[in-house]
Amino acid sequence: MSRVIEVENLTRTFGHFKAVDNISFTVEKGEIFGFLGANGAGKTTAIKMLTGILEPTSGRGKVAGFDIITERNKLKFKIGYMSQKFSLYEDLTLKENIGFYGGIYGLRKREIAERTKKMIVRLQLGNIENTLISEIPLGWKQKIAFSVATLHHPDIVFLDEPTSGVDPITRRQFWNLIYQAADKGITVFVTTHYMDEAEYCDRISMMVRGKIAAMGTLDELLLKHTAKDMDEVFLKLARD
Amino acid sequence: MLRTVRHIITKEFKQIFRNKTMVGLIFGMPVIQLLIFSYTANFEVKEINIFIENRDNSPTSVEFIHKIEASKFFTLTNVATYKDGLKLMEHNDIDVILSIPQNFGKNINLGKPTNIAVVTDAINGVKAGIIQNYLQNVVLRFSKEKITSKVKLRKMPGIEINSHNWYNPTLDYKVFMVPGILVMLITMTSLFLSAMNIVREKEIGTIEQLNVTPIRKWEFILGKLMPFVLLGIAEFTLGLLIAFFWFRTPIEGSIVMLYLFTIVYLVLVLGIGTFISTITETQQQAMFIAWFFSVIFILMSGLFTPIESMPVWAQRIADFNPIKYYIDVIRLVMLKGSTFVNVSKQFTIIVIYAIVLNVLAILNYRKTSG
Repeated sequence: MSRVIEVENLTRTFGHFKAVDNISFTVEKGEIFGFLGANGAGKTTAIKMLTGILEPTSGRGKVAGFDIITERNKLKFKIGYMSQKFSLYEDLTLKENIGFYGGIYGLRKREIAERTKKMIVRLQLGNIENTLISEIPLGWKQKIAFSVATLHHPDIVFLDEPTSGVDPITRRQFWNLIYQAADKGITVFVTTHYMDEAEYCDRISMMVRGKIAAMGTLDELLLKHTAKDMDEVFLKLARD
Repeated sequence: MLRTVRHIITKEFKQIFRNKTMVGLIFGMPVIQLLIFSYTANFEVKEINIFIENRDNSPTSVEFIHKIEASKFFTLTNVATYKDGLKLMEHNDIDVILSIPQNFGKNINLGKPTNIAVVTDAINGVKAGIIQNYLQNVVLRFSKEKITSKVKLRKMPGIEINSHNWYNPTLDYKVFMVPGILVMLITMTSLFLSAMNIVREKEIGTIEQLNVTPIRKWEFILGKLMPFVLLGIAEFTLGLLIAFFWFRTPIEGSIVMLYLFTIVYLVLVLGIGTFISTITETQQQAMFIAWFFSVIFILMSGLFTPIESMPVWAQRIADFNPIKYYIDVIRLVMLKGSTFVNVSKQFTIIVIYAIVLNVLAILNYRKTSG
């Protein structure tokens, strides 16, 4: 197994506030790595540094073999990203959105057409290629956004709270998509504040107030903290 | 590389043309404004209400009054006492009071100097100046007639001005204003559209997604700029057609040169807009800043008031006004048929400006927040 994410002493401060406080961890290729934590724990700040859109205050990191400070542009070809904010253009159709995002990653027309077709079949979306994104229901949109984020077959995909605000069934379907991506060898780095989603992850890191309070597989964490589920682990860690 | 730019351009065009209201605004508004402003931005003063107090009542003074009445600019309101006149002026019923003194006719017939008093409502200074000018003309003509009839065919020594208005022979203000207004409209549309563009992606959140992609800054800015350059050219063409066919504004110079300047100028204005877009967080902020600059640019452009009559410090500020140079060029090329050599100074300035602003916009667009 090779390491696709290596982070050492990564810190980011905003004024006096340490949003991310000296975190270190590694993620192996093909893993589903869950980045858990309460709202405001520093998950999004960490993900922004890893994707090269936020300058770290100190520390270093490598993603897909590229330095997150000095090799951002090479790094960006290798990663996919789905932000907390919905990021498809509402005033463009599904096909146009895919054409645009595929195009700026350098995909050829034929590749884009092929992948679009596969994606629609996979998502069981039917005949919506030429529908405006604004007319598509939210649950579908999230799935589409994920598929667009992985359209260029990145090594790693970063998902920032992808399941917040969607119903349990759609959440379930969404995790199926994540598994499909992982099966294809894509490493998945996913943040969430739903503790029950920990069981879907290969490994979990629990962030509390900018620091990584615990890290390991679900069973390891439950054993270590003598808890019956992640909720309990979280409450114990947050209280300390 | 350029394929990325092409993808951005395609996307921008789709978004622009999908919004039917915007398309209507982009093309409809300037056309309506051009038509309206060109008729209303009028420096001619007509139908001046004049009040005359005649304290002389000689045939000469009556003749003089007839002369004023005969002028197409003046409407005689009343002939009564000065006091009545002042009252009327207070009620804004008249623009000017003219008082003819006693012995006006007698003095003139004796060849003696005589005075008339003119009181102008100078709330609008420009208008007052024009009124005085008109009156002076009437007086000059009248006194010249009287003098020559007195001196009886003896040739008066003296210099007479024989003026010709070149490049706008009929002194039609529209010929002068239409090119300027066209410039103003293109500037405003381009500035506002570009200022709101990138900031809009910030507002809806797509900018973050774009920043995670390998798009390079210059590709992004270029891709954002190009659609508006093309729109600007389309708008300029539309305006030019209206100017030529509707207002009969002459196009004496080279059309190729007009377009060359327009393209460079559009890149310059869009650079300003894009720069605004990179320093703001919401479309509202961008709007206000764009508005601030366009008002300053337009009022200090020499479009409505000549720059030469501004105080020196204002003239120095106007030197930094890109619109000033472009209006200059468009007027010179359209009305005077100036060639490239005549306007090369303005061209150089616009080119340098365009480069500086776009470099600033590219540098200031941050894919990574610090």
